[in-house]
Amino acid sequence: MIHAVALLLAFQLAGEIAARLTGLPLPGPVLGMAAMLVAFLALPWLHARTEATAQGLLGHLSLLFVPAGVGVVGHLGRLGTDGAPIAAAILISTMLAIAVGAVVFVAVARLVGGRA
Amino acid sequence: MRDFSEIWSYLAEGPLLWLAATLVAYAVGDGLSRAAGRASIVNPVLIAVVLLAGLLMITGTSYETYFEGAQFVHFMLGPATVALAVPLYANRARIRAAFLPMLAALLAGSVTAIVAALAIAGAMGIDGKTLAALAPKSATAPVALGVAETIGGSPTLTAVLVILTGITGAVIAGPVLDLLRIRDPRARGFATGTAAHGIGTARAFMESETAGAFSGIGMGLNALLTALIAPIIIQFFI
Repeated sequence: MIHAVALLLAFQLAGEIAARLTGLPLPGPVLGMAAMLVAFLALPWLHARTEATAQGLLGHLSLLFVPAGVGVVGHLGRLGTDGAPIAAAILISTMLAIAVGAVVFVAVARLVGGRA
Repeated sequence: MRDFSEIWSYLAEGPLLWLAATLVAYAVGDGLSRAAGRASIVNPVLIAVVLLAGLLMITGTSYETYFEGAQFVHFMLGPATVALAVPLYANRARIRAAFLPMLAALLAGSVTAIVAALAIAGAMGIDGKTLAALAPKSATAPVALGVAETIGGSPTLTAVLVILTGITGAVIAGPVLDLLRIRDPRARGFATGTAAHGIGTARAFMESETAGAFSGIGMGLNALLTALIAPIIIQFFI
């Protein structure tokens, strides 16, 4: 487990450095994820070493958003009279985006004949 | 026995209390989510946030004090994002085979998320600065903050809107996708990650590893696309 954590942190670090060097509009951890994927393709045994720890972490991904979520509560009052329009915009646009994205995915998959 | 207030003031100083409280609140939320058969409307993030916000209010604890304990949990978001490479690798054949559906769903989902939000908020009289904070709300937080700053939105407000969008997406994804009778885990995951970034991805992992992997790709690709198109789309609304 410690080896896996060390590996994850090393790739995150590499991602953070790459993000700053290239100026890409992507966060360091996302670049670290891409780099780790490339590393798995080149060295498949690395995947087996990381698998259990990664699954443990991703199985409770929700937990990791709790501190940021608690931070939001204190700011809700600041929305003031904008609160209702913003809530409506977020709710409806997110429903539409999920629906449109999923329907388009299924339609194009059917068109090109890709199987699930 | 020592005075309770003495013990409290000792605990309130260090990170232990609020780190423990964060994990316990999440365990309660996760337990309720399991008891509800993982129905997406019983969302563990939302339950834990409500419990902790209530506790902070009752005890008169500031967010800064709370975060000294919770920061250890928050920090793990970085390594967890890197760890998405593991399910992506495991699903690599399915991902390669779904290149075109993903590309089409990404464009459709991303544009819908931005245009619909701006159109609705604009029609209800929201001003330009707030619209600029709203535009990148479906992208993962660090990218959304960067985009908002380049188009004149407040980073604090953007962070709030990003989290609200993630929780909203995680809560409504199940009912919306079930209503449309979409059973393909690739489509369910990808659409959820595109619209509701990491919190949506956490929800997708509760459905299956394949849904989670596709959600992770949706999140990563939409971060890139939002950074490119949000600054262009916003010009039509302000």
